[in-house]
Amino acid sequence: MSSVLYDTPGPRAKRRNLILSVVFAVVLVLALWWTWQTMSDAGQTEGAKWTPFVEGAAWTTYLLPGLGNTLKAAALAMIIALPLGAALGIARMSDHKWVRVPAAVIVEFFRAIPVLLLMVFANQFYSDYTGIESDSRPLYAVVTGLVLYNASVLAEIVRAGILSLPKGQTEAAQAIGMRKTQVMTSILLPQAVTAMLPAIVSQLVVIVKDTALGGAMLNFTELLNARKTLAANYANVIPSFIVVAVIYIVLNFILTSLASWLESRLRRSKKSTGAVLGAEEVADLNAPGEVVGVHGADPGARAGGGTAAAQGDGRTPH
Amino acid sequence: MFDFLEGYDVLGAFWTTVQLTLLSAVGSLVLGTLLAAMRVSPVPLMRGFGAAYVNIVRNIPLTVIIVFTSLGLSNIFGVALGAADDFDTKFFRLAVLGLSAYTATFVCEALRSGINTVPVGQAEAARALGLSFTQVLTLIVLPQAFRTVIGPLTNVLIALTKNTTVAAAIGVAEAALLMKEMIENEAQLLLIATIFALGFVVLTLPTGLLLGWLGKRLAVKR
Repeated sequence: MSSVLYDTPGPRAKRRNLILSVVFAVVLVLALWWTWQTMSDAGQTEGAKWTPFVEGAAWTTYLLPGLGNTLKAAALAMIIALPLGAALGIARMSDHKWVRVPAAVIVEFFRAIPVLLLMVFANQFYSDYTGIESDSRPLYAVVTGLVLYNASVLAEIVRAGILSLPKGQTEAAQAIGMRKTQVMTSILLPQAVTAMLPAIVSQLVVIVKDTALGGAMLNFTELLNARKTLAANYANVIPSFIVVAVIYIVLNFILTSLASWLESRLRRSKKSTGAVLGAEEVADLNAPGEVVGVHGADPGARAGGGTAAAQGDGRTPH
Repeated sequence: MFDFLEGYDVLGAFWTTVQLTLLSAVGSLVLGTLLAAMRVSPVPLMRGFGAAYVNIVRNIPLTVIIVFTSLGLSNIFGVALGAADDFDTKFFRLAVLGLSAYTATFVCEALRSGINTVPVGQAEAARALGLSFTQVLTLIVLPQAFRTVIGPLTNVLIALTKNTTVAAAIGVAEAALLMKEMIENEAQLLLIATIFALGFVVLTLPTGLLLGWLGKRLAVKR
């Protein structure tokens, strides 16, 4: 394996790389050994701490219902946030100032504040002003928080998708006498939606990860919260953390793979005239105050020869 | 009208948020740069470790990581980070550790795509002069890469500022925890929520504007 950053290793470089590999491996093994030792001192490596995961009791009673709630909250949040986000995104591009400015303020405001704040607020709001039962209140609060935040991120995704379409699309539609609404609904949106699909799926990863906040802070019985009850029963703190982490990793890996599959598929097919928005574009949209459509305009630009062999997919932490 | 603020240290809570942000930013920058260097290094084992770390940690919710630092690292592994007796300091440091470990993956990926934007000729010329991998990386490629990724890194920093609220899950007395306590005890729900929301707007918006301007100024013109 060679890269532009270093020469193809000769005999000396090969020896040096081998020594470095061995040293690094020794450090890794020592770290793993210490982890294992401390775990067995705490009784976390005993077979009895792991058997619940093999026998299925832990799954049917705790983990699967928890995972179900995680997915339910994520799906609900996405389904509600999509139309809201589309409406906000289109409103932000309106010709009327009194529509455009409030939409922009809403979008920038909700992107600037933490999801946890929104969830905590929604929880208290529902408790003070509505008759939602305390059992289902956490779900409502989590979904509300996620919707408020993600609708504004999706609004930016929609806006970036529409802005990435060539100007000729609008001009041609206007030339054949279409009204503004018609241009948007029959020409721009259908093309933008296909271009936005990978970005929307990438945003699902963010949503799934944020549901865990509800589990920790609002006692919403999702996966992380189910782990707590599970560990209280079997006293298997570390095994339960490992299993839950693996579930999240697999779930998010599937979503990320789906997003990049869609991205490459849409980039190959020529159904839309716009740029395909991938994970990299979404990354920028999760932070407020960022100019939209910087990379979106020309996906070919970053495919050009870079120094490192690999291409990062720069997501923002969520 | 603002009587309810008495007895609550709102500024102190936001100061904790700022401290969490700055310390984790430094931690994740160092760790993220190391990870990025590993991912492009000539040693296959380090490349593999870097890739595995990034792909595993990035896909675990931050909440899970933060809760693990308390229930796992502290309770089971006995990691106290030099503050075994002082619980407040211990959980603060654990939160910084968790935030740094998580954010480092995003710093690493941003840097790696920055390394990609440095023209191939730069590294080739450096190698032609006989520079080693470490020299090529630290003298030629990384300085240019850092300047191009100020924009993406700003987004990471803003997301980190918002993510510090997750530290509330292990009881660190930062803004989100205080807001939760206040809205549960006081009647002015909307007013309190607005104060805290504006606090975060004040923290994140100037960061974005300032670093966005800096990024444009420092960008390598090609």
